[in-house]
Amino acid sequence: MNSIMPNLYPASAEIFVLIMACVVLIVDLYCGKKLPGIAFVLTQATLVFGGVIVWLTADAHVALTFSKMFIDDLFGDFMKIAILATMAIAMTYGRSYLDDRGLNKGEFYLLALFATLGMMVIVSANHLLVLYIGLELMSLSLYAMVALRRDDAAASEAAMKYFVLGALASGFLLYGMSMIYGATGTLQIDEIARQLAYHAANKTVLLFGLVFVIAGLAFKVGVVPFHMWVPDVYQGAPTAVTLIVGSAPKLAAFVMAIRLLVGGMFLVNEYWQLALLLMASFSIVLGNLTAIAQRNVKRMLAYSTISHMGFMLLALASGVIDGASVADLRFSVLNAYSAALFYTVTYVLMSLAAFGTLILLSRAGFDAEMLDDLKGLSRRSPWFAAVMLITMFSMAGVPFFVGFFAKFSVLEALIQADRIGVAVFAVLMSLIGAYYYLRVVKLMYFDEPVDSTPLVAPTGLRVMLSVNGVVIALAGIAPNSLMSICALALGYSL
Amino acid sequence: MDMLTLCIGIVLAPLAGSAVAGLFCRVIPRWLAHSVTILGVAIALAFSMLVYQRVGAGETMNVNLYQWAVSGALEFNVGFLIDRLSVLMMLVVTSVSLMVHIYTIGYMAHDPGYNRFFSYISLFTFAMLMLVMSNNFVQLFFGWEAVGLVSYLLIGFWHTRPSAVYANLKAFLVNRVGDFGFLLGIGLLAAFAGSLDYVEVFARAPELAKMVEPATGWPLITAICIGLFVGAMGKSAQIPLHVWLPDSMEGPTPISALIHAATMVTAGIFMVARMSPLFELSETALSFVLVIGATTALLMGFLGIVQTDIKRVVAYSTLSQLGYMTVALGVSAYSAAIFHLMTHAFFKALLFLGAGSVIIGMHHDQDMRNMGGLWRYMPITWITSLIGTLALTGTPFFAGFYSKDTIIEAAHLSSLPGAEYAYFCVLLGVFVTAFYSFRMYFMVFHGTERFDRSGDHAHHSDEGEHHGLAPGEEPEESPWTVWLPLLVLAVPSVVIGYFTIEPILFESWFGSAIHVGQAHDVLSLVAREFRGAREMGSHGLFSLPFGLMLCGMLLAWLLYIVRPRWPAYIAKVFRPVHGLLMNKYFFDRFNEIVFAGGARVLGHIFWRGGDRLVIDGLLVNGGARLVGWIAHASRLLQSGRIYQYAFAMILGLLFFLTLLSPRV
Repeated sequence: MNSIMPNLYPASAEIFVLIMACVVLIVDLYCGKKLPGIAFVLTQATLVFGGVIVWLTADAHVALTFSKMFIDDLFGDFMKIAILATMAIAMTYGRSYLDDRGLNKGEFYLLALFATLGMMVIVSANHLLVLYIGLELMSLSLYAMVALRRDDAAASEAAMKYFVLGALASGFLLYGMSMIYGATGTLQIDEIARQLAYHAANKTVLLFGLVFVIAGLAFKVGVVPFHMWVPDVYQGAPTAVTLIVGSAPKLAAFVMAIRLLVGGMFLVNEYWQLALLLMASFSIVLGNLTAIAQRNVKRMLAYSTISHMGFMLLALASGVIDGASVADLRFSVLNAYSAALFYTVTYVLMSLAAFGTLILLSRAGFDAEMLDDLKGLSRRSPWFAAVMLITMFSMAGVPFFVGFFAKFSVLEALIQADRIGVAVFAVLMSLIGAYYYLRVVKLMYFDEPVDSTPLVAPTGLRVMLSVNGVVIALAGIAPNSLMSICALALGYSL
Repeated sequence: MDMLTLCIGIVLAPLAGSAVAGLFCRVIPRWLAHSVTILGVAIALAFSMLVYQRVGAGETMNVNLYQWAVSGALEFNVGFLIDRLSVLMMLVVTSVSLMVHIYTIGYMAHDPGYNRFFSYISLFTFAMLMLVMSNNFVQLFFGWEAVGLVSYLLIGFWHTRPSAVYANLKAFLVNRVGDFGFLLGIGLLAAFAGSLDYVEVFARAPELAKMVEPATGWPLITAICIGLFVGAMGKSAQIPLHVWLPDSMEGPTPISALIHAATMVTAGIFMVARMSPLFELSETALSFVLVIGATTALLMGFLGIVQTDIKRVVAYSTLSQLGYMTVALGVSAYSAAIFHLMTHAFFKALLFLGAGSVIIGMHHDQDMRNMGGLWRYMPITWITSLIGTLALTGTPFFAGFYSKDTIIEAAHLSSLPGAEYAYFCVLLGVFVTAFYSFRMYFMVFHGTERFDRSGDHAHHSDEGEHHGLAPGEEPEESPWTVWLPLLVLAVPSVVIGYFTIEPILFESWFGSAIHVGQAHDVLSLVAREFRGAREMGSHGLFSLPFGLMLCGMLLAWLLYIVRPRWPAYIAKVFRPVHGLLMNKYFFDRFNEIVFAGGARVLGHIFWRGGDRLVIDGLLVNGGARLVGWIAHASRLLQSGRIYQYAFAMILGLLFFLTLLSPRV
């Protein structure tokens, strides 16, 4: 190592977001009272320009910097743009909700920006410690955001649980990393892969490390048995925060899984594939069955997330086929992982729309979160009922909505990996899952409204939610474009 | 314009019309709704004619427009295959549809759902065109389901009437049974041919013919063809999946003409003809098709005899004629099937629209027992209905004669197992057809006028509320929008057979669109005896079918004009037979008890076992009890739950540690 200035170009987007976060902090401190909307505008500008910077600096060339601790590749660029876009949409949705509850303050935007930065760092990590730092930055910001409504007992409790369990998970992850370091003598992800390939590592230590890392990862993704926080946090947090917790971090967690498991530990894939497969199957069963019994929409969506993430893991666990030749391998690996990526991206799109609808229905002093609040939505607003209908059909995997294609590509990966039993099981479970999604549709279209106050949401939210619904519908008509983008983005990094 | 532009126009024009009329159905005035949809269909018809010219000159087109999705090696495309088979269907669909659109202006004039109705029928036209123009199985299935959907919507158009809702549900469910077979067939093709494109699948058909289905050991091609045909049985209402079609008469009459007589129900016939390269490879499947078709042709004809509702007679006649087409498919006379499909589309649409005109004249009374002697009051309807009846019964020189006689002759010459049975059925069917058709004709237009009797009888009607003529009131001719389509349709019902039989059947007009194996080519045998359309007609005057038809007609005349008391007496004497026919061979009863009842029992079991025990008992109440218990515990131990969560995490971790630890 020498003391030359590292190449900052690959990290320009992260640096930009960091600087802007500090700017927001200071501007809000001095002008927050006079210009109440300034933090929001600056944050949105940061997210948009951050995306533009990522776009402009993107090229097919893989760049390493900061002593190879930081990686900038097309896959990362794609994920960063997705994360920034998701955050921007979530901010648009959440604004009026926060306003009505007196939470629309600088802290929220500051925390959101730091969480974004954390996610971007995760995406760009080529080193276990950088990954860990990104993860902690994201998680700590999220804990604080959940607790934003200090005087609310449910929110504080949720934040507390999230924090304590999250700390435990971080501990797992760190402990696992240390063992991997012990086994391979390096923390650099590509170096780990190289060590595993050319040097005999102590397998016991390595696998112990692997299990701990997977546990930490599974906590972030929210799959059984590390899922317990999900329903409580989703329900307890203010809906605008739930929206954030339930969307962008899933993208970051996906990258983490790809970087750690595929990038670093690919040679022990038989072990982690088995673990992922088991966690996925448990999640799909538990998520779908428990969601049926929920009366609270946020809680129902939380269990639905658990099952969706399980579904996504199924694809991640199907990359390597036993006894496949090397030439086949690349094809199937790419197929399976791009299916998982496609699933994650579409899931995030759908969950944004679902929570967006809940925010749309909320107003000052009233949080729409029970299933009954959705009753008769088609009469109150046919258009947004249609948006929710598309979202629910898509989540249920009704052909020809985009969720169907997402499930379809995952199932295809499973069948390619000769896991036909698992595929059948997944289909049956989605069938059960369809029940609670369709129940929402039934409530919206066939029941009398309980609450007939007109919707008061501002134009920004309405427009964005409409666009969101239209995008989901369009993605169902032309799923190929998004699928090929996913395959392309991954293709450069594998 | 090049052909592709024309084809896109053909498909999109009705869709656009439907979208305008449908999306703005509450806003736009009625005249706009009907003009925009009629314009769309007229454009489609005009463009179809242009395409017809090109295709007639020998041009064909097979093009993929848009790739919708790719899954491994399987591609899902939207595309067109335009050859003589599809262009003929396009002409039939658009022309009948245009007539029905015009007719609807008069028929639905006072209906509150006017704009919605126009939107539906234009949407139907779009879907049907997508179906016939498709070049792959996915789009075929899309069109197939879309026409089914519109049919469902239109059968239940008067959705406040319970009988209409029952009928559309029934149509929907029965069609699901057929679609299941259809999907299995398509799935087998996708699995073994590895493609869903017609041309590619047909190219691989000879390989498929040598394969067997690995799990069951069945010959693959037979399994595929029977699967596809089961789909056709649902859509084209063949026994035992025919039960929905008579009930579909709950829909408005223009729909019965367009969807449930002329076009949608013939989709199955078209599909099998399109798949001729596959069906040709399986004699078992062909025999199956043949026997089903022949049974339908005869048994459904019998049912027409006992109906008293004017529309239901025509409906059973449609079923019977679909059976004829299926027989033609079974004996590999695909072009004869399509030929009959075309002639039938015209004269059956004519008969239905004529029946609709009578219904208007009778102020929405559909019971033939209340009619009689209408020829005096509704001359145009009378003449055109007579033409339709003559065409249907196969009077020489009329359209139906050429197509039906060819089918009978083809069944006669075929050597397939079951051909003798089929020949018997279709031959006897001629007599039955003539009998029920003229029975209807005489009951409606001749004999004593029965409509002035005060209405103490049960009515079946289109609009429910007020119907039937008031005492002393007289029926009158329908408005011009109603009778004009009748006149227009009457022309092809008379002449189209005469002019087109030679090119379509005997000069291999379809070319490569229809493939017939050497061993099955019965039409070439028929062709040997063919000496031109005029010869065939004059020869037909002395043939056995014509004799049977005359017998049927005379019997109807005897029973319903000369001795109108006899039918009731005969029904009493042959009570068991009459009862069997009145109950439609107990198909409905059987379905209700076995399938509907069975489904209810199953549902009950699932409700008891699944819902009450697992979900309510274990999950909901169990979960609630668990939550209650935990809440109780957490009161004792302040942070009980979080410990529990953490404990679960650690247990999970331990589980995976044990699971993954290397076994040395």
